Amino acid sequence: MLEMKNVGKVYRTELLETHALRDFSLSVEPGEFVAVTGPSGSGKTTFLNVTGLLESFDSGSYFLDGDDVSRLDDDARSRVRNRKIGFIFQSFNLIPDLDVRDNVEVPLRYRRMGAAERRDRVGKALDLVGLASRSRHYPSQLSGGQQQRVAIARALAGDPAILLADEPTGNLDSLMARQVMDLLEQINIMGTTIIMVTHDPELARRAHRNVQVIDGQITDFKPYEGPHAPVQLEAQAHA
Amino acid sequence: MFAYDLRLAALSLKRHPGLSALMMLAVALGIAVCTITFTVYHAMATNPIAWKGDQLYAVTVDSWDPEEPANDKQPEMPPEQLTYRDAIALKASDIPARSLVMFKSERVVDPQQSAHKAFRTIIRVTHGDFFPMFETPFLYGSGWDRDADAGPEPVIVLSKESNEKAFGGENSVGRTVRLGDNEFRVVGVLDDWEPAPKFYDLNNGNFQKGEDAFIPFLWGETLELPAVGNTNCWKSQTIESFRDFLNSECVWVQMWAELPDRETRERYQGFIDNYVRGQKTAGRLARPLNNRLFDVDAWLDFNKVVKKDNRVLIGIALLFLAVCLVNVVGLLLSKFLNGAAMTGLRRALGASRKDVIRQHMTEVLLVGLAGGVLGLLLAAAGLAGIRVIYGDNYDRYDQLTQIDPVVVLLTLGLSLLAGFVAGMYPAWRIGHTSPAVYLKTQ
Repeated sequence: MLEMKNVGKVYRTELLETHALRDFSLSVEPGEFVAVTGPSGSGKTTFLNVTGLLESFDSGSYFLDGDDVSRLDDDARSRVRNRKIGFIFQSFNLIPDLDVRDNVEVPLRYRRMGAAERRDRVGKALDLVGLASRSRHYPSQLSGGQQQRVAIARALAGDPAILLADEPTGNLDSLMARQVMDLLEQINIMGTTIIMVTHDPELARRAHRNVQVIDGQITDFKPYEGPHAPVQLEAQAHA
Repeated sequence: MFAYDLRLAALSLKRHPGLSALMMLAVALGIAVCTITFTVYHAMATNPIAWKGDQLYAVTVDSWDPEEPANDKQPEMPPEQLTYRDAIALKASDIPARSLVMFKSERVVDPQQSAHKAFRTIIRVTHGDFFPMFETPFLYGSGWDRDADAGPEPVIVLSKESNEKAFGGENSVGRTVRLGDNEFRVVGVLDDWEPAPKFYDLNNGNFQKGEDAFIPFLWGETLELPAVGNTNCWKSQTIESFRDFLNSECVWVQMWAELPDRETRERYQGFIDNYVRGQKTAGRLARPLNNRLFDVDAWLDFNKVVKKDNRVLIGIALLFLAVCLVNVVGLLLSKFLNGAAMTGLRRALGASRKDVIRQHMTEVLLVGLAGGVLGLLLAAAGLAGIRVIYGDNYDRYDQLTQIDPVVVLLTLGLSLLAGFVAGMYPAWRIGHTSPAVYLKTQ
């Protein structure tokens, strides 16, 4: 699913060079749930940005879903992001002016998808996260947990090859955090590959595999024990 | 996608109503100033008979003082008007398809068969070709023919306004009015006809009101009608009678010829030059041969209908618009960068640079369009203000300060262009910002 080999990323200013990633190599199998941990400034966010094609890198190679995405131009990177990558952010990043339905369909709009198919996909994604009944609510009318579930629906609506989650429960209380984590696990069980950056060791333990990043390099990882068998998940109503 | 962009643009503008209003106001002010200036310029610079612009020619002969030119500012040019005798001589030619000699006079019109009172009128004393040459619209009847010119027959054409005054607006064709001791039969009533500028006679103002009545040219001599336009003389002559005045070297009549093609024009130019050569032999017209035929555009230009100041004003108005746009650029940049996190998010979700730039340009064009509409309203108010302030002093200010469809289209086009220009850099800048940078700031 994801294959990074010797990826290097350097931030340069007039005065100094910062090696955010050094010889970073990681392989993620389809259906895996990988937690990336590490202290602040270790390179986790850079890793996530590079993985999400939000930033380019200086050396090494990166294959995503079988395609070499190392040296794509900006347009091609946008297309890959749109079709193959789903993002979940710590602060949800919903668009406040748009209601739940419109928020979820944003990536589909940029895919130039027809209205009927958009409606269908948004409906299914909202069913999955249990928020179909709130489709006309605005983000400000939802709790933090509900907002993150909308963000998850948005990430899933495009049927991505991989889901990148950056501290997905960082802004939630423990109850909501658990619900969101349960949801991510269920999504993973359905077959979606997830890479999650987190500081929380308890959350990291729920992943199949832990990768620890320090100074831009992988220093430790829990071996992969094989994917969960994909299961059919019924839409659930969440509180 | 455009509908989606439009919706996002509207939402974005709604999110910051104060800032949006400020940007629209900046565009509107620039547009309003430009529209007011353009409107006045457009009205002044317009050739009101452009479709015949290459057929109608003002006829001039350099009959001025051998020692100095008629106009110090344009010494190469002949005087704008002709002497009576030169005009009569040139009118005799049958080379032009049509031609006319004319001047402006004044008389009291007495609608004797009507209950309405007598009133003072400005009369154009001219040939019957005036009406077909200048394509005047008629409400009732028509002009007069060449036989009526030759008579001269006592016929008169009234303006719509005069017909209102004399006959309450009824069809007055066949009825008579009295000019002094003479009765004239109404043969036609003009419909609204106010060419702006009043190209056919630019004496006494470029935007003067049209005449109240028209009578055949020869009545001027018969009735010894005084000319009330400009009369300019260079030679010291004793003028004791109307006949002396007609034979003087004073210039006071205007002449126009309809010359449908180049060959006719060249033949007529040759005719005029030959006439002048003949006069030189007879001891007149001592200045170098300088007889000119001006088409309507050249005539307006020669008479400085559009003054240099007006062109400078256009430049100043455009500069003012540029200053407004610079402010809009600053405001847009601030607004777009303020919303960069949302743009970063959209980029992360798959929007390409083109998508982002297009979305922001849609917003900018919406600002431009709204600013343009607001600018038009401000311009309309500004022009109404000009009419209120200056309307009493100038006959035609209402016409000069009318926003016409050309100006509306130009204004809206200019607003869109202004929006486009102002938005290009901010939209490009936001489109080329790395999405990761702004996602971090969330």
